[in-house]
Amino acid sequence: MLDKVTKQKLVVIGNGMAGIRTVEALLERAPDLYDITVFGSEPYGNYNRILLSPVLAGEKTVDDIMLNTVDWYEDNNITLRKGETITMIDRRTCEVVTEAGARVPYDRLLIATGSNPIMLPLPGKDLPGVIGFRDIYDVDRMIKASTDYRNAVVIGGGLLGLEAANGLMKRGMSVTVVHLLDTLMERQLDPVAGGLLRKSLEERGMVFKMPAQTQAILGEDRVTGVRFADGTELPADLVVMAVGIRPNFELAKKAGLYCERGIVVSDTMQTYDGRIYAVGECVQHRRQTYGLVAPLFDQAKVCANHLAMKGFATYDGSVTSTKLKVTGIDLFSAGDFAPGPDKEEIVLQDANRGVYKRIILKDKKIVGAVLYGDTIDGPWYFQHLRDGTDVSHMRERLVFGAANLGEGGVSGQSSVAAMSDETEICGCNGVCKGAIVKAITDKKLFTLDDVRAHTKASSSCGSCTGLVEQVLAFTLGGDYSAAPKVKPLCKCTDHSHDDVRRVIVEQNLKTIPAVMRFMEWKTLNGCHSCRPALNYYLLATWPGEYVDDQQSRFINERVHANIQKDGTYSVVPRMWGGVTTPSELRAIADVAEKFNIPTVKVTGGQRIDLLGVKKEDLPAVWADLNDAGMVSGHAYAKGLRTVKTCVGSEWCRFGTQDSTGLGIKIEKFMWGSWTPAKVKLGVSGCPRNCAEATCKDVGVVCVDSGYEIHFAGAAGLHIKGTEFLTKVETEDECLEVIVALTQLYREEGWYLERMYKWCDRVGLEQIRKRVVDNVENRKALFARFAYSQQFAQSDPWSERARSGVDRNEFAPLAELEIA
Amino acid sequence: MTGWIEIGALDDIPRLGSRVVRTPHGNIAVFRTESDEVFALDDRCPHKGGPLSQGIVHNKRVTCPLHNFVIELASGQAVAPDEGCTHTHPAKVENGVVWLSVRQAVPVS
Repeated sequence: MLDKVTKQKLVVIGNGMAGIRTVEALLERAPDLYDITVFGSEPYGNYNRILLSPVLAGEKTVDDIMLNTVDWYEDNNITLRKGETITMIDRRTCEVVTEAGARVPYDRLLIATGSNPIMLPLPGKDLPGVIGFRDIYDVDRMIKASTDYRNAVVIGGGLLGLEAANGLMKRGMSVTVVHLLDTLMERQLDPVAGGLLRKSLEERGMVFKMPAQTQAILGEDRVTGVRFADGTELPADLVVMAVGIRPNFELAKKAGLYCERGIVVSDTMQTYDGRIYAVGECVQHRRQTYGLVAPLFDQAKVCANHLAMKGFATYDGSVTSTKLKVTGIDLFSAGDFAPGPDKEEIVLQDANRGVYKRIILKDKKIVGAVLYGDTIDGPWYFQHLRDGTDVSHMRERLVFGAANLGEGGVSGQSSVAAMSDETEICGCNGVCKGAIVKAITDKKLFTLDDVRAHTKASSSCGSCTGLVEQVLAFTLGGDYSAAPKVKPLCKCTDHSHDDVRRVIVEQNLKTIPAVMRFMEWKTLNGCHSCRPALNYYLLATWPGEYVDDQQSRFINERVHANIQKDGTYSVVPRMWGGVTTPSELRAIADVAEKFNIPTVKVTGGQRIDLLGVKKEDLPAVWADLNDAGMVSGHAYAKGLRTVKTCVGSEWCRFGTQDSTGLGIKIEKFMWGSWTPAKVKLGVSGCPRNCAEATCKDVGVVCVDSGYEIHFAGAAGLHIKGTEFLTKVETEDECLEVIVALTQLYREEGWYLERMYKWCDRVGLEQIRKRVVDNVENRKALFARFAYSQQFAQSDPWSERARSGVDRNEFAPLAELEIA
Repeated sequence: MTGWIEIGALDDIPRLGSRVVRTPHGNIAVFRTESDEVFALDDRCPHKGGPLSQGIVHNKRVTCPLHNFVIELASGQAVAPDEGCTHTHPAKVENGVVWLSVRQAVPVS
């Protein structure tokens, strides 16, 4: 532990969202590394700049948008010097100099000076009543002007200008927007959407003068009007210049740091001086500058990683999306939507409903989207855009959005805007829309993770994740911080599932502590999310070598039964292919009576579930079931569950093949294997498909000429029919393909990622190539599965019932009574 | 009276794991951390009464197996933003033996 004397000094110039977000991220990673001093010119704590428009419009107050109060700085031992401006960086002595001449030394310096509004060099630009739109001070002046004056002119028909104009109009001023071009928000909108927006703002009373070039601002003591290049004039008591922002890098430039349109930084957010970092709107990264919040949060994370001396994160730039924060107008735009010869467009225009959607595709991927009137699917398109998803399979219905593609979850609802506050969003935890909105505004939440932590919404089954993201987007405007494209495995690390799997192999890592050490886990023993994931990855990577860590298993897999709400367990013996015998049924009946098991239930997977077994009875229950020849059904496992079958050609008059026999053969070969998430199979004897094989992880449909193999179906959180993989002629080929497919999934799937999600991510063709087309690869996959099975196929019940494995698990340590 | 009761050997509790001690007032979960500290809590999650002894232990915390509430072993407090608290009991290790202090309790003879 470093004491106060030896701590390094971090100085932050700029008390805005970028600088403070970086400090927050740094504190999470290395709370004791630095003495931190923050300089901010504004006399406030850190506030949410993107919500200035609602403050201007009177929908929020300044207090509503404060992110970090003065107490927060104190609580975290940060020295906040607000109202003090830094005028010089002395790189030779490593000091910053304030306006008043005070010198403050630094070991590391973070520049987060943001941007300034561009003030056009017009005659009269310095007159009282001419202002920019950038901070609380500007908003205060606009609010004051709206009470004293009547006519406002806003120069600039971009996002900021329209939000300013809307705010002033709401405060009772008559507002004219002057724009140089003939399309509003031309950087975000195409002419059609720009026209719709203009029409709808005009209906609200906004006046437009465009295209028009401003030539001079008129007035003597105060602004009185504006003159244009065509000679016309407009009266004005207030002129707001909102033509854009310019990165504020004067200070950095004066200090000799290399700047172009902003302070030039590397992928590690470092300037040309290695001790000096920069983040936010003042930087230029890979020739790009950003004026939105989401990229700055990404940058903050990377910068904090390096300030914390972890040194592995890199910033690769951001794709941004925009949503106009004018209440009642739904507008969303993302990506690149300029027409081009290699681009295709899908357009939906419904003038009566006031809906316009334009999706731009390139190489089967979404590269841009403009939505007007119905922006519900904005975040969904944006997700696909950032992930580079191949959307060709849903192209026909793409323009209708997520709900029409069955991605809206079980409820099928996706219209967040139309929902009342009482509408339940998260069915698992009973969280309604109003509660989420309240948490976002009261607790100042930005990300899906924040919302999960505070409300529990989307933290269980996850099927409402899309809805919660939409609530976030609607509540915060388009600038909410979308979940990162590459998701970290859990909060204990910044590494993704893929990174972890790759490094385990490359570095020959063979224990959980070794992985955590090498990959610099942020927590001591990880958590309930990453430990089971790591345990699985190691088990799947090093069969026969890795020693399964019982303490990193979820309870169900540790005790080989399913925990119930009252702390008892349920027991499901395996019934191969769903076939049982009188003696097995008799044994189950005897066990149920002997141990007073309260509920006996038939499962959906053609087996029998014994519910309400006390933990200490488990070994004895298993012993009796073992005696009758039954073994664990792994109904608790992220592993092979059931192979559901129909009776097939042995009995059925329509059966084409022996589906029951094939199902049993597959189950006997594959039982005991661990997989990223549960795997359920089905074998149907004819296309009537009585075993419902086409909504399973893997399904076989027998036909007269052979076996059709399907996979990537689901019938739970999501309902999804399977994809056709291939058709084979013999049972042996069928087994080989299914086993190879499962092995590929075992090697590539992310922990808890079901097969259909894996297929979505990796792509059907990719999988088919490696499992079907490449015969050699198929055989190699099959061999690796078979090898790992020799260590996996040992009945965990008999090990515990007879060999005394984990004896301590099932008995109390001691018993006490009251004296 | 509150006195220390010997409840078993430290080695009988797995590292990053837990065992239960039965009492007429319900189970007490005794946890062992990676660095061989022990903590004792009522085996009931403040959320929906889940058996904390069955959860995954990480650092000085345990995650309830029912709905992933995370509980601090030392204080019994739920980790923010969750709220709630589970009753704790004094516990210690001496020479590889675990001792527990529970009001009015004695070992079953």
